[in-house]
Amino acid sequence: MASVTQNFMKLFRGSSSNTQAETAQPAQKLTRRSSGLGELSRLWEQETPLCVLDLGSTSPANIRFFTERGHKIYSEDLLVASTEPHLVTKDEQGAIVLDSRRFLGDNLQYPASHFDVVLCWNLPDYLDESLVRPVMGRLWSVLKPGGMLLAFFHTKDAGPDSPCYRFHIVEKDTLEMQRIVMRREARRGPTGAIHTAVADGFRLQRVFNNRHIETLFRDFASIKFFLARDNVREVLVVR
Amino acid sequence: MSAPLSADLAQIGKSVVIKGELSGSEDLYVDGQVEGSIALKNHSLTVGPNGQIKASVEAKGIVVQGKLEGNVQASDRVELRKSAVVTGDIATQRISIEEGAYLKGKVDIQGKADKAAGK
Repeated sequence: MASVTQNFMKLFRGSSSNTQAETAQPAQKLTRRSSGLGELSRLWEQETPLCVLDLGSTSPANIRFFTERGHKIYSEDLLVASTEPHLVTKDEQGAIVLDSRRFLGDNLQYPASHFDVVLCWNLPDYLDESLVRPVMGRLWSVLKPGGMLLAFFHTKDAGPDSPCYRFHIVEKDTLEMQRIVMRREARRGPTGAIHTAVADGFRLQRVFNNRHIETLFRDFASIKFFLARDNVREVLVVR
Repeated sequence: MSAPLSADLAQIGKSVVIKGELSGSEDLYVDGQVEGSIALKNHSLTVGPNGQIKASVEAKGIVVQGKLEGNVQASDRVELRKSAVVTGDIATQRISIEEGAYLKGKVDIQGKADKAAGK
């Protein structure tokens, strides 16, 4: 099963190169409806303060959205964190991978059952393969029982050059999407180290089908799919 | 960017490295390196674009243009400018974050009632 999944995951890896022209484009903002976010919005309105983990690029809009409602928000950009050069290592076959233990030693350091909501956005599609399962395992442990995780997955129709977006919450079921344009500061990563692999921006690493998504979240109590019109499936899972 | 000149503003230039506890009763502009802790109870801290702070920070207002690693407690407001790279938890009454700023940590907006109760 694992090898089948790995082969499938290789579908888009390195299939085409990004262009300088694309990365030089200004960061345009698009708006999209999000059924998954709409479902989560019932939580935002409750009196009890929530603990929310946003795993996308630092978003002033999201921080404002949650803090205005009295919730606590944690921001952690795992894609940028995954570009740290010290994570690069080789597996038993000599293939270059990222050291997931080291990555989890540096990131997602929270007590167990800490968060009510995790906003994963499109992280699984763009995160290096060696980190996907370990990260999902850690997210399961930091979510409270009954806590919810929202993630977006491209369908195969999206194509390998689907741009990586950051997501800003503008209304309870509406997101503003801003294409991530790699800047000098971003390429440097939080510790200041430069990582050349992301010089052209983050690339779609793979496309999960529904069965792969169910396998990815097999430890969770329930999973709900929302099919959107922009070749994206939204997935809401409950621990 | 040069530091604003003021009679009540202490400055730490970009070639200066300080390790230890830093406290004061005037505003402080740091463009160098500070490691330890910074306490400016009723005054403001500005971390310049070359500033690199590895310290817990307590001040009335905190403006970050450079790097700050450590927990931040501001009795009034925190501003993260677009070049800011902050790793640590932020507790404040008000916060503004410019597009492009990087934050790894918690944002906890505390009302005056929260602060009085020590939450």
